[in-house]
Amino acid sequence: MKLKEAAKKEERLTGGHRLCSGCGAGTVARLVMRASDNPAVVGCATGCLEVSTTIYPYTAWEDSFIHNAFENVGATISGVESAYRSLKKQGKMDEDFDFIAIGGDGGTYDIGFQSLSGAMERGHDMVYLCYDNGAYMNTGIQRSSATPKGANTTTSPAGEVIPGKQQYRKELTDIMAAHNIPYVAQASPFKPQDLMKKAKKAFEVDGPAFINVLAPCPRGWRSKAEEGIELTKIAADTCFWPLYEIEDGEWKLNYKPKNKKSITEWLEPQGRFKHLFQEENEALVEEIQEHVDQRWNTILNRCGEL
Amino acid sequence: MSNQVALTGNEVMAQAMRQINPDVVAAYPITPQTAMVQVFSQFVADGNVDTEYVTVESEHSAMSATVGASAAGSRAMTATAANGLALMWEILYIASGTRLPIVMPVVNRALSGPINIHCDHSDAMGARDAGWIQFFAENAQEAYDNAIQAVRISEHEDVRLPSMVNLDGFIISHAVENLEILADDEVEEFVGEYHADNYLLNSESPIAVGPLDLQDFYFEHKMQQSVAVENVKDVVLKVAEEYKGISGREYGLFEEYKLDDAEIAVVALGSTTGTAKAAVDNLREQGVKAGLLKIRLYRPFPAQEIADALKDLKAVAILDRAETFSTTGGPVFADVKAALYDIKADVEATNYIYGLGGRDIKVGEIESVFTDLQQVVETGNVEQTINYLGVRE
Repeated sequence: MKLKEAAKKEERLTGGHRLCSGCGAGTVARLVMRASDNPAVVGCATGCLEVSTTIYPYTAWEDSFIHNAFENVGATISGVESAYRSLKKQGKMDEDFDFIAIGGDGGTYDIGFQSLSGAMERGHDMVYLCYDNGAYMNTGIQRSSATPKGANTTTSPAGEVIPGKQQYRKELTDIMAAHNIPYVAQASPFKPQDLMKKAKKAFEVDGPAFINVLAPCPRGWRSKAEEGIELTKIAADTCFWPLYEIEDGEWKLNYKPKNKKSITEWLEPQGRFKHLFQEENEALVEEIQEHVDQRWNTILNRCGEL
Repeated sequence: MSNQVALTGNEVMAQAMRQINPDVVAAYPITPQTAMVQVFSQFVADGNVDTEYVTVESEHSAMSATVGASAAGSRAMTATAANGLALMWEILYIASGTRLPIVMPVVNRALSGPINIHCDHSDAMGARDAGWIQFFAENAQEAYDNAIQAVRISEHEDVRLPSMVNLDGFIISHAVENLEILADDEVEEFVGEYHADNYLLNSESPIAVGPLDLQDFYFEHKMQQSVAVENVKDVVLKVAEEYKGISGREYGLFEEYKLDDAEIAVVALGSTTGTAKAAVDNLREQGVKAGLLKIRLYRPFPAQEIADALKDLKAVAILDRAETFSTTGGPVFADVKAALYDIKADVEATNYIYGLGGRDIKVGEIESVFTDLQQVVETGNVEQTINYLGVRE
């Protein structure tokens, strides 16, 4: 889809929502909704996108919307999609619909993980979109299993003896690929066409699709609001957030940086990693670099690039 | 045309679900409900129903998917028991707060821990304030009849609230009973086709379900829910009247058994009420004016009506198959006592907690409760308000 053409499509998530300036969630959701050609039912897990877009009596969504709870958007949209299939089978409905479940990393990697896994395993015809900003941002930047190692969050604070989050992030995209669903992708808002193309594929496949998108959060990343999209490019250029897709089991790399950058270029502009640049944490940065390199090699391997 | 059948409680509830033919069922198996969803999935596999059966990975997802399906505009059901109901907890409140007319059989079983798979009411009683309508049944026939009626009650425009149709684990769910089921077309006609006014799968008029509801509106929405709950009693009675027309069986908010001229009585719900009837009959033969009040509709609680039915007694014992650990007795006791207080009734009320974890309750034990009540009447003195029946010291 050409960007110009996409820009002419009607907004499905309208202005007037109350997401923060520089928030990636709204950008990601708008781009993904542009790839849908049918009326949709949008489900949101409790989180930034949900609380900011549907404050009663307003809604920023042009489509039908449902929020149930934090950990169950996968199951909730399973129910909606099953109702649709039942009514269609009975001849009580003939219109086509798209079904999309959206969660942040908290609602997807952590508390909503079981519900997501169940929905994917059962094969509902739905798209699950995760906007991964790397922490529970809505409630004040608590760590999640998507938080990068070393990040300073309010529940993994950088202290005198512990330098921020102790664990590497969970590779959820791989876990979703292991569900053997028709389409899995990792994307980033600095490549809007790639993201929309992936969303289109996700809507078009018969069965479940999962897209994991990096979403900047200036509050949680302690970064400049106007530099969010640029940061997601750095994330790809440092190979912290590679772009790839898995179509019917086939891995494909979608972006290969011309010059792979040092991880410090990703860490430095973000206040959440500030403490890593103190002398005593030098080894930790090296360790993070090694981890990224290993991970990048794994992905190159899987994508047949090595 | 009705059919005489011999079925277990679980089997007949599966038959009720087949006849209701919901658009979606999302359920997770749990003892002692398992047979119900097994039989129902066979109906799905054999094409006997139009239902999409969602084989969810937990009860939390069962209730979540049922909420999604109901909000989408379909007729949706689930079924559970015990820990499964506890796992649904959070979403029970969302289902009622979102005013979704979901009907859910609950096969009553003790809550862990320690783990126990047998009957008591701790599961349903824990959910008594979740905004659901709660029916209790003496036997499988009543559970079946309650399930069919619950669809109409929940979907009624003055109500729009979910219903739990309770039946005692094993005692009702696994015992074979002779009972009557209605003809399929009678049920089809009675429940009718479901048409939601506002629903997700309406692209002409999209809606937002479950938005963030803050200080400026939340209270009004809860108030509307309270008003809906107030309407339930009338709707229950209206639907019962109509149901009598097709089934010949009569239902109210509760059943008064030999209560008219009774001086002492017990209040109970569930399968124990059958045992209590035998006790009442035995005592009547001995010339004791004993009676029973069997609660059918427990939530909303028909306080005024129950208090009126009990006010001329000299003493009443309330049987609870659940403990509240409040030191103030069981849940039914608290409700009945408050109802009697409200009408300033001069009736001594005592409480018996019994049958936890499936401990059997015998006719003789209920007779002993009546003996205690006679003592209370004779001495005008309640020695022990809260009692534990059938437990080793």
